[in-house]
Amino acid sequence: MNPLLLVAFVLVAAGATVVVFTREPSRQAVTLGVYGILLTLLFVLLQAPDVALSQVAVGSAVVPLMVLLAVRKVRGGKR
Amino acid sequence: MSRRARWVVFWLGGLGVAVLFVLAVLRLPEFGGLVHPYRDLSVPAAMGRSSPNVVSSINFDQRALDTLGEETILLGSVVGAAALLRPSKDEKEQLAKEEGRVLEATKLLGYLLLPVTLILGADVVTHGHLTPGGGFQGGVVLATGLHLLYVAGSYRMLRRLRPVSWYEMAEAAGAGAFVVLGFVGLFLAGSFLANVLPWGTLGDLFSSGSVFALNVAVGAEVTSGVVVLLARFLAQALSVREVK
Repeated sequence: MNPLLLVAFVLVAAGATVVVFTREPSRQAVTLGVYGILLTLLFVLLQAPDVALSQVAVGSAVVPLMVLLAVRKVRGGKR
Repeated sequence: MSRRARWVVFWLGGLGVAVLFVLAVLRLPEFGGLVHPYRDLSVPAAMGRSSPNVVSSINFDQRALDTLGEETILLGSVVGAAALLRPSKDEKEQLAKEEGRVLEATKLLGYLLLPVTLILGADVVTHGHLTPGGGFQGGVVLATGLHLLYVAGSYRMLRRLRPVSWYEMAEAAGAGAFVVLGFVGLFLAGSFLANVLPWGTLGDLFSSGSVFALNVAVGAEVTSGVVVLLARFLAQALSVREVK
């Protein structure tokens, strides 16, 4: 296995662990976004650009945004 | 069940999964091996029908029925989320009088990137059969790109330039077009979603038969679906208030 791939695998595993251990949902949205980019990198290295495109758009933009909007709604009118 | 008993159940289950997982991994083909029976079958099939992006050929031609299922899941999730997020009886939409300020740098970058992102999204949708991407990826790019209007401009501006009811209709039309194309294949070639449109020349924009058409249909559906979904979330977070 080429060393770049190995680094990407380790980064993805580390990123996922950080997401799981982030307790605060609004912070978790940020770590989830970063994790999404790491996963995108792995997909590119594994020569799956189609999946990487979906991942970067959904995993690092749409999902964290939905989490942040939901957190804001749940916390109520405080601005 | 006591705490202790729950731990015992957990460890039994966890151990079972771990053993099965290791056994499964040991029997996997070698990483990056040279034997790929599916590749040997699907690549010539994709090339023969003028869609050099083999992934798109599999998604929209060779296994198009699976994609119809996935698109229906997306449609269902958007409809479900939109139904859950609609304002309830004691809630009303009320726009805030004042909106926060946007940094000049953010504005500049946002307005510069808005047209670029929209063109890129349209490019990814329409070239799905040629280069990586397709209706789903391009659709998500188009939908998120549109929200630069909110990032760089304001929520009012986004609402004015993005009539949600249009997107609701476009979402239904995109999902419907997929099914209609499926029936066209059924009546003309005898199988649902058969690729009956002319395949054209390999590498042309208008080639690959129904792969191109299905990509555009899915692009419309995904763009609209994500826009509708985000619109409901944004409304709940920014403008829906409880009224007594």
